[in-house]
Amino acid sequence: MQHRVIDTNDVVIRFAGDSGDGMQLTGSLFANMSAIFGNELSTFPDYPAEIRAPHGTVAGVSGFQVHVGSSNVTTPGDYCDLLIAMNPAALKANAKKIKRTATIIVDADAFDNASLDRAGFGEDPVKELDLEGRNIIMAPITSLTKESLKDSGMDLKAVLKCKNMFALGMACFIYNRPMGYVEEYLKGKFSKKHPEFIGPNRKVLFDGYNYASNIHAIPDTYNIAPAALPKGTYRNMTGNQAIAWGLLAASEKSGLPLFCGSYPITPATAILEELAIYKNLGAKTVQAEDEIAGICTAIGAAFAGSLAVTTTSGPGISLKSEAMGLAVMTELPLIVVDVQRSGPSTGIPTKTEQTDLSQVLYGRNGECPMVVMAAHSPANCFDAAFNAARIALEHMTPVVLMSESFLGNGSEPWHIPSMKDYPEIKPRYAQVAEGEAFYPFERDPKTLARSWAVPGMKGCEHRVGGLEKNHEGVLSSDPANHEVMCRERAEKVQRVAASLPELKVCGPSSGPVLVVGWGGTYGHITSAVHELQEEGKPVAQAHFDYICPLPSNTEEVFSHYSMILVCELNSGQFARYLRGIYPQFDFQQVNKVQGQPFLVCELVEAIKRFL
Amino acid sequence: MGKYTFKDFKSDQEVRWCPGCGDHAVLAALQKTLPLIAEEKGLEKEQFVVVSGIGCSSRLPYYMDTYGFHSIHGRATPISTGIKVANPELEVWQACGDGDALAIGGNHFIHAIRRNVDINIVLFNNRIYGLTKGQYSPTSRFGAVTKTSPYGTVEQPFNPGSLVLGAKGTFFARSLDSELKLNQEIMLEASRHKGCSVMEMLTNCVIFNNGTHLEISDREVRADRTIVLKHGEKMIFGKEKNKGLVMDGMGLKVVTIGQDGVTEDDILVHDAHSQNPAVHCMLADMKYPEFPVALGIIRNVEDVTYDRGVSEQVEKVKASSSIRSVDELLHSGSTWEIK
Repeated sequence: MQHRVIDTNDVVIRFAGDSGDGMQLTGSLFANMSAIFGNELSTFPDYPAEIRAPHGTVAGVSGFQVHVGSSNVTTPGDYCDLLIAMNPAALKANAKKIKRTATIIVDADAFDNASLDRAGFGEDPVKELDLEGRNIIMAPITSLTKESLKDSGMDLKAVLKCKNMFALGMACFIYNRPMGYVEEYLKGKFSKKHPEFIGPNRKVLFDGYNYASNIHAIPDTYNIAPAALPKGTYRNMTGNQAIAWGLLAASEKSGLPLFCGSYPITPATAILEELAIYKNLGAKTVQAEDEIAGICTAIGAAFAGSLAVTTTSGPGISLKSEAMGLAVMTELPLIVVDVQRSGPSTGIPTKTEQTDLSQVLYGRNGECPMVVMAAHSPANCFDAAFNAARIALEHMTPVVLMSESFLGNGSEPWHIPSMKDYPEIKPRYAQVAEGEAFYPFERDPKTLARSWAVPGMKGCEHRVGGLEKNHEGVLSSDPANHEVMCRERAEKVQRVAASLPELKVCGPSSGPVLVVGWGGTYGHITSAVHELQEEGKPVAQAHFDYICPLPSNTEEVFSHYSMILVCELNSGQFARYLRGIYPQFDFQQVNKVQGQPFLVCELVEAIKRFL
Repeated sequence: MGKYTFKDFKSDQEVRWCPGCGDHAVLAALQKTLPLIAEEKGLEKEQFVVVSGIGCSSRLPYYMDTYGFHSIHGRATPISTGIKVANPELEVWQACGDGDALAIGGNHFIHAIRRNVDINIVLFNNRIYGLTKGQYSPTSRFGAVTKTSPYGTVEQPFNPGSLVLGAKGTFFARSLDSELKLNQEIMLEASRHKGCSVMEMLTNCVIFNNGTHLEISDREVRADRTIVLKHGEKMIFGKEKNKGLVMDGMGLKVVTIGQDGVTEDDILVHDAHSQNPAVHCMLADMKYPEFPVALGIIRNVEDVTYDRGVSEQVEKVKASSSIRSVDELLHSGSTWEIK
């Protein structure tokens, strides 16, 4: 067969296997080497809640999808060009996630009767999954890995752990990936504790590469040229890591020590884990006894003068609600990070959704407004966390920063910024002359932020708490005072809008349809709208990073379109919110509640129905 | 005469507890002790923080002219923890009730003790929910008739001392609201103690549970029905100072000096500093009428505090790390150049 090398703009690869097969690692390695090669990329880990789900079952399949390209990579991709399935269950779980032209590599050794049975197949999985005519490569990955390492002296268990390297080697051949990165990675990972593992893993990797090149079952290999990225230093960032680092940046720019009080919860835990590392930058972390203690230690730390944060997911927000109200009432700076997952209740805890919006906007007793904002991509989580901290400290208000499982675990290359390009953060500290009284709830006339007096500041002793009080900080159940205070707390949040960037429109500045979204759907909506614009469709896009308050020009932007089409991964929470504020506009909805991100193609189809 | 007097710690707010409520006396003891603590530790008034949850006793921060935080029901302990961890230089005091600390806040209470956060918790135990007007609490006696237990409770109460010691508490003291002098001694010692200090104050609720502690607190019988423990002193009590505690097999026993050949030499000496909590547990668990109820400092041992532990770890990692700024962090680990 004539071997061709084809130049292509982008490819989507999905690695899938048992949850103990190392697919997350294999996918990350492929992503990292592509990033270093200079490609754009986006990743999507898609794994089960169980740490080691029952072996060989569809429920236990762990997948890692990576989209690699020269340009316009804004999502992890809808369907894959290459699926690597380490067992029948992985094939079954992902058969609908592949393109018509896709290549499928399966571990032939794993297709024995018992495994087929465990995955719920009869005799012929290819027929049952309607995959006839596809390029399916039945590679005996397990036996070739064993053969490759037969003289290594390693036990069978250790040998089998290397078979993901064989699969990775095959993928590297198909997409002409630089192998040097994986070699470096193996050295870095094993040189200290297990230098004996470096050689075998490297050997299996290259054997996989050579096997793919020798079998002639792969007619074409692909070149994916480096992207035309701005010059500079890059790194890969997941959303959770970026939130942690953005908070550290805000700590540096405000001169305040960072305090994180949290309780472990999927998919937010990695933020706490990350911050626990960086004690060298002054971060103190408390792994609290529960979600409530997490936020309450943070509120205590805020009172004592720290940049305070609590990190959680939807069920944790439910538990923290009363304390979030306390932060609103005491008007302390606090960041509450909600890395959303599928609900209600425990839901599908490792899957992504945008279903907490109503909860963070409304889920508290009393008139209880706080700033709500959202990150829109893994790397954007850095700026989002920095801005959340800036708003909290300069406006003396709790801020909810919304992320999503999709952002928290997903990653993308990030052009490393310089901290000199970030503003100083200046909290409004109390300034009281000798002998003058301090009134804790006197407000800045412009922002309505109160002054912050931290224990240790002389002459500013005062009491805060959950009870209503007047501007002087004295308890008050006076009806008129209560209404004034409620109005001022709400107005303070609205006035944050003056310090926010305006809503930007991509596409025509007026027309029949403005497609809007918020948070992690940014990449998918952008791709879909771009595709429609390429087709000449009159469609524009605007994406919301700030939800409460909305950007100050929102109404003006909306007024130029006949219809506002709100796309979100819930049953219409943002659309309902917008309708409540702007009843004069026509809002339509595109919704998905499947624990999965949008597909670009389904968004394109859905938007077309409104054109 | 120190820099401050009790007047410096009194706020201008009108105290709104019921006349005759035991909380007044505990507040007075605290206001009188804080100047001594400031003097001894060289603290300024603005370094004191008083935290509370919700309940009658949780109104206390408003009556103190210090930094104060009146939080939400049950959550005083994590708020105190956050304040102390964020700034270990602060002197943190906490007021909470039996419902606040042992029911809705029970989880936080045991974990603060387990971590040994250097905070001072005054636990007002009146065995009733007062602010919600008279429902039984986790310390109400079995069978207590209250608004929510009109036929008597059918659940056993917590003994706060046993709970504290079970959670590996390093400081536990018990007293009566009216023991002003003893309470000041206890509070001063609690402040000196490095770690989580729990002071159980048996307080009287005149409206909903009047006389709940009367069987031991009545002046007529107090000397015979309580024992005030002092470290290094014999466990002797009674109006005639002729009763004492001795070991009897695996437990304690009340004896009378001069009877059955018992002499003062046989009486146990209180060792609050003993690491082994076995005797402390027995003392904390003593109930009238079989035993006198133990007052004073039952346990007072040193251990590493959580807040210092966190700070020291930060300093240690700072000293050994090559990453000292966010710019350095951003360029650490795996990066690549696009040229």
